[in-house]
Amino acid sequence: MAIAADAGSGASGRSWWKQNQQWLTPWLFLAPGLVMFVVYVIIPIFQSFWLSFFDWDGLRAPDGSSTARWIGMGNYVELMDDDAFWTSLHNNVLWLVLYLLAVPMGLFIAIFLNQTVRGIRVYKSLFFFPFVISQVVVGLIFSWFYAPGFGLLYAIIERITGTGVAILADERFVTYGIIAAGLWPQTAYCMILYLTGLNNVSPDQVEAARLDGAKGWRMLWYVILPQLRPATFIAVVVTVIGALRSFDLVSIMTDGGPYGSSRVLSFYMYEQALSEYGYRMGYGAAIAVVLFLIMMVFISGFIWKMIRDEKEGY
Amino acid sequence: MFPRPVQQVGAPVRIAYQVALPVALFLWLLPLIGVAITSVRPASDLAQGNYFGMPSGLAWHNYVEVFQNTPIAAYLRNSFYVTIPTVIGAVALSTMTGFALGIYRFRANLLIFFMFVAGNFVPFQILMVPVRDLSLRMGVYNTYWALILFHIAFQTGFCTLFMRNFIRALPYELIEAARVEGVAEWRIFWFIVLPLMRPAIAALSVLIFTFIWNDFFWATVLTSDPDHQPITAGLSSLNGQWIAQWHLVSAGSILAALPPVAMFFLMQKHFIAGLTLGAVK
Repeated sequence: MAIAADAGSGASGRSWWKQNQQWLTPWLFLAPGLVMFVVYVIIPIFQSFWLSFFDWDGLRAPDGSSTARWIGMGNYVELMDDDAFWTSLHNNVLWLVLYLLAVPMGLFIAIFLNQTVRGIRVYKSLFFFPFVISQVVVGLIFSWFYAPGFGLLYAIIERITGTGVAILADERFVTYGIIAAGLWPQTAYCMILYLTGLNNVSPDQVEAARLDGAKGWRMLWYVILPQLRPATFIAVVVTVIGALRSFDLVSIMTDGGPYGSSRVLSFYMYEQALSEYGYRMGYGAAIAVVLFLIMMVFISGFIWKMIRDEKEGY
Repeated sequence: MFPRPVQQVGAPVRIAYQVALPVALFLWLLPLIGVAITSVRPASDLAQGNYFGMPSGLAWHNYVEVFQNTPIAAYLRNSFYVTIPTVIGAVALSTMTGFALGIYRFRANLLIFFMFVAGNFVPFQILMVPVRDLSLRMGVYNTYWALILFHIAFQTGFCTLFMRNFIRALPYELIEAARVEGVAEWRIFWFIVLPLMRPAIAALSVLIFTFIWNDFFWATVLTSDPDHQPITAGLSSLNGQWIAQWHLVSAGSILAALPPVAMFFLMQKHFIAGLTLGAVK
């Protein structure tokens, strides 16, 4: 504000800039990033909502106009009777619930590794390793791990029970098998969040609690976990988002099969919109809208908490 | 410290811990170790049913074969062509947006900030059809630009969150002092704030490199041929051709994983600083 007040009242362009630079500067800095984000993220969200009321094969007439046909709620009505949609939704719920196991598992490994013995830093980075690798590679690694005849897990199960189980070819186990593959990198992520959190736990409080006779589970529950709340919050956020975003593993490991039993909404949407039997962009958009609305429940919860923290902080 | 350091506990516990560490690590990385060994196992071993025993020799030849018989070199090149411009673009844009949202107080500030944050969480599928259509109409579908432009735009959301919080933690008096001296706003950004943001820029660059390198969904939506597909999409289509030739699948997987892994080990400190931002108050 000081600068704006100092500037003279001359009518030249330079002093106009001096008078206005205080409020204009943030907008100039924001412009490129904001424009890109609005064009590629914000507007497409509304376009998808709009598109979900159309029947469209993704083509455009030579003059650039869309060939979409308005069908109102047609796509949503069709969804209600679509068994594949309900299977996908059911699997999404499974993903959401089981994926959250990554949070306690990550905490457990973090506690195990929170020591200061020789070489512990290398151990920590090697435990973190799975998170750095692409999900495509994780999917291939676990496909091999489960593969009948070739895979290590298959061989172990065969050795123990006498008969091997082809996890990815069995409708009863396939989704669990994929989720287990997903838990591997996700647990590593939660572990690193908790390791950082444990590093910042106040030693005074731990010592004081020890003097009061707290140890083991009681110490963890009453003294440590409350101090790890920021880490837990982020771990839950990224895990929930990750569960609902699961696409890569399903696509790589089973392509939705066997008989579509391992589909999730994100995968089913892709399949419908860009399927080899013809593009159904409108129907795909309707599935995406459902997924978006489920996600919004969680996103608004997270944002609400972040805004509350923000208001307290400043 | 929690749990109690093993040095303070008796010798048996300490020794048990020292033994448990490598065993746990081995079990944790078992799938990866298996694939790494398979990638250098001669095809003849697999034909004779030697899947888990010692390989009869180190078949580096598997890697040569992957390079000779598949477009994997092109896939890897494409990944670099997409990833590096994206990192530069997203970091550049977000230092500016982060500066704007971190330093200035104006009415729409929080609204715009949370728009970036929320946009960053949406499922990709809600963007898929419009973004694909937009790329087609711009004539960039199935080029590097389709991926670069989208990734820059989308990653700007996450990067802005990161940069803005980082700038908020800088001493505000520095900027006040500069303003009293009459330093122009853009010079404050360039000469005062930007040099202080170096650690944040390093952390974000490593993170974004890994995220974009590992992206699979957009690679399949926005590109369609081996001349432009990144390694993730390429590996997926190769996997379809190499049915059950696990020595080749494994070699390809290891190659695809190497760049982000190298990045992680070289820049470990920055990587973890970036990932755990906000995990402590």
